[in-house]
Amino acid sequence: MIQAIAFYLFAAVVIVSAVMTIASRNPVHSVMWLILAFFNAAGLMVLVGAEFIAMLLVIVYVGAVAVLFLFVVMMLDIDFAEMRAGVARYFGIGLALAVALAAEVMVAVGAWSAGQIDLSRRAAPIDPAVPNIAAIGQLLYTRYLFIFEAAGLVLLVAMIGAIVLTHRERGGTRYQNISRQNARRPQDAVRNVDQPVGQGVQL
Amino acid sequence: MTGFFQNTVGLPYGWAWFVATIVGILVIALPLMLAVAMIIYADRKIWAAMALRRGPNVVGPFGLLQSFADGLKVFLQETIIPSAANRALFLLAPIITFTVALIVWAVIPFQAGVVLADINVGLLYILAASSLGVYGIILSGWSSNSKYPFYSALRAAAQMVSYEVAIGFVLITVVLWAGSFNLSHIVLAQQNLFGVHLNGFGFNPLLFPMAVVFLISSMAETQRAPFDLTEAESELVAGYQTEYSSMSFALFWLGEYANVILMCVLNATLFWGGWLPPVDWAPLYWVPGIIWLFGKMLFFFFVFSWVKATVPRYRYDQLMRLGWKVFLPLSLLWVFLVSGVLMLDRVGTSGAPLQPVAMTATPAGRS
Repeated sequence: MIQAIAFYLFAAVVIVSAVMTIASRNPVHSVMWLILAFFNAAGLMVLVGAEFIAMLLVIVYVGAVAVLFLFVVMMLDIDFAEMRAGVARYFGIGLALAVALAAEVMVAVGAWSAGQIDLSRRAAPIDPAVPNIAAIGQLLYTRYLFIFEAAGLVLLVAMIGAIVLTHRERGGTRYQNISRQNARRPQDAVRNVDQPVGQGVQL
Repeated sequence: MTGFFQNTVGLPYGWAWFVATIVGILVIALPLMLAVAMIIYADRKIWAAMALRRGPNVVGPFGLLQSFADGLKVFLQETIIPSAANRALFLLAPIITFTVALIVWAVIPFQAGVVLADINVGLLYILAASSLGVYGIILSGWSSNSKYPFYSALRAAAQMVSYEVAIGFVLITVVLWAGSFNLSHIVLAQQNLFGVHLNGFGFNPLLFPMAVVFLISSMAETQRAPFDLTEAESELVAGYQTEYSSMSFALFWLGEYANVILMCVLNATLFWGGWLPPVDWAPLYWVPGIIWLFGKMLFFFFVFSWVKATVPRYRYDQLMRLGWKVFLPLSLLWVFLVSGVLMLDRVGTSGAPLQPVAMTATPAGRS
C-alpha cells in the first residue's frame, strides 16, 4: 500500500518535473525542475532496492552536475526573443528526434510485452542478503574489472583533455609561495640601523 | 517502535511503520531545534568569554533565554521580499537549507540501535544530503537579484564543492577501515581498537591525520570561521542572506547551526567512537551512550567556537589552495596508505584469494 503510494508519487513527480524542465520559461527554473526529476528518480531506485545507485545519482547528478548547470545558467544573459526566433529553424531536427524517440519507445514496449529476457539475472544473480554496495563491488572488481578500469581510464583522459583545452596561461600573474612566506623570519626581513643625520639610507 | 504500534495499537505493519517513523522524526527534530537555540547561546557565550566580554546575560537567568527572545523577534518581523527578486525561489531557498539540515539526522545513531533509518548506505546518504545544502545558498544568492548575495552564492558553491571532494576521500579511509557504510557498524568497528582498550579511529596513528583534515573540512563545509567568506561582513554585507528578513532569515540561521551540530556529531561518530566511551572499560558503559555522544558533540562545538573566536578569516585563494592543493592530495594519499595497510593486514602478502567480507553483523535492533 505505502510502496504503491510512494511509487505513484515519485513517478508522477518525475514526469511532471521533466515536462516542466522543458516548458518553463526561466532557465534557472528549468534546472530546478531537472533537479526535482533526478531526486524523484533516486526515490524510484530506492523503491526497487537499488539504494547505492540512488545515492550515487543524488551525489553525482544533483550534488555536482546540476550545480555546474546552475552556475552556467545563472551567468547566462538570455534573450528570449532571439530564442523564439530559432524555433522555426530547429523545428525539423526537433521533429526528427521526437519521431526517433517515439519509435524507440514503441519498439521497447513491443519487446517488453513479448516477454522478459532476464539478462541481468542470468549474468550475475544477486543474493538478496548481500548489501547493494558489496554485491556491486564484488561484480565490478572481479568479472567486470577490465571494463571498469577502461571506463576509469576514459574518464581520466576526458578530464585531462578538458583541462588542456580550457587552460590559459596568463602573463604577469604573481603567485604566492606559501612555504617561502612561512619560512621568512624577522631577522631576515628587518634591520635596525643607527641612521646618521643628513645621509640617505642604504637599502 | 514499529512493534508498539503494530501490537499494542493494532495497525497493519505498513501503517505501523509509517506512524512510528513520523513519531521518530518528531522525537529527533524537536529536541534538535531546542539544541540549536541553546548552542547559539553557547556559541555567543564562548565567543564572549574569549574576548573578555560577558555575552548575553539579560534575558532570563545567565541570559539563557536569549535565543528564544531573538527567535520571537524575527518571528514578529515583517517578511520583506525585494520587488526585483524571483519570488518563488527566494522563498524556496531558506526552506531547502533548513530541510536539508534536518534530513541528515535520519541516519545518525544516538546509541546502540537507536537510529531512525538504519540503512546500509548511511554515509553516502550523508554525502548526498550535504551536497544538497549548496542549493539553498546558490538559490538565495541568485533569486535576491542583488550583487553581494550573488557573489556570496558563487563563493559558497565553489567552497562547498571543493571541500566535499576532500571530505569524500576522508570518509573513504574510514569506510575502508570499518568495512561498512552503515554508521552503526562504523561506530562498533571502533570498539577496542587494536585491543588497546581505546574506542575511536582517531586513536589510530594512521587515521589521526584524517580526523584533523575532517575537522577542518567540516568547518569549511559549514562556512564557519575561519572559512566564513560567504558572509564576510567587510566584503559582502551579510552574504547570501543580505536581503532576507523575518522567518526566512531565521530558517537560514537554524539550518546553519543544525549543520554545525551535525558536523560535530559526525566528527564524534566517524573518528572518536560515537556513542562509545573513549576508553573500553566496563564501568564507563554504565553511562548511557547518548551522554557520551552529547559530550563529544559539545567538545567539538567548543573547538568550533574557539576557532571562530581566535583564527582570522582566510583569503579566498588561500581557502581554495588549502582545499585543492593540500587536503585533496593528502587525503588521496591516505586512501592509498590505508588500503595498502589493510591489504597487508587482512589479506597478507601471499596473494591468497580475498574472502568475501562477511556483512552479517547486525546492530542490536531497531528503535
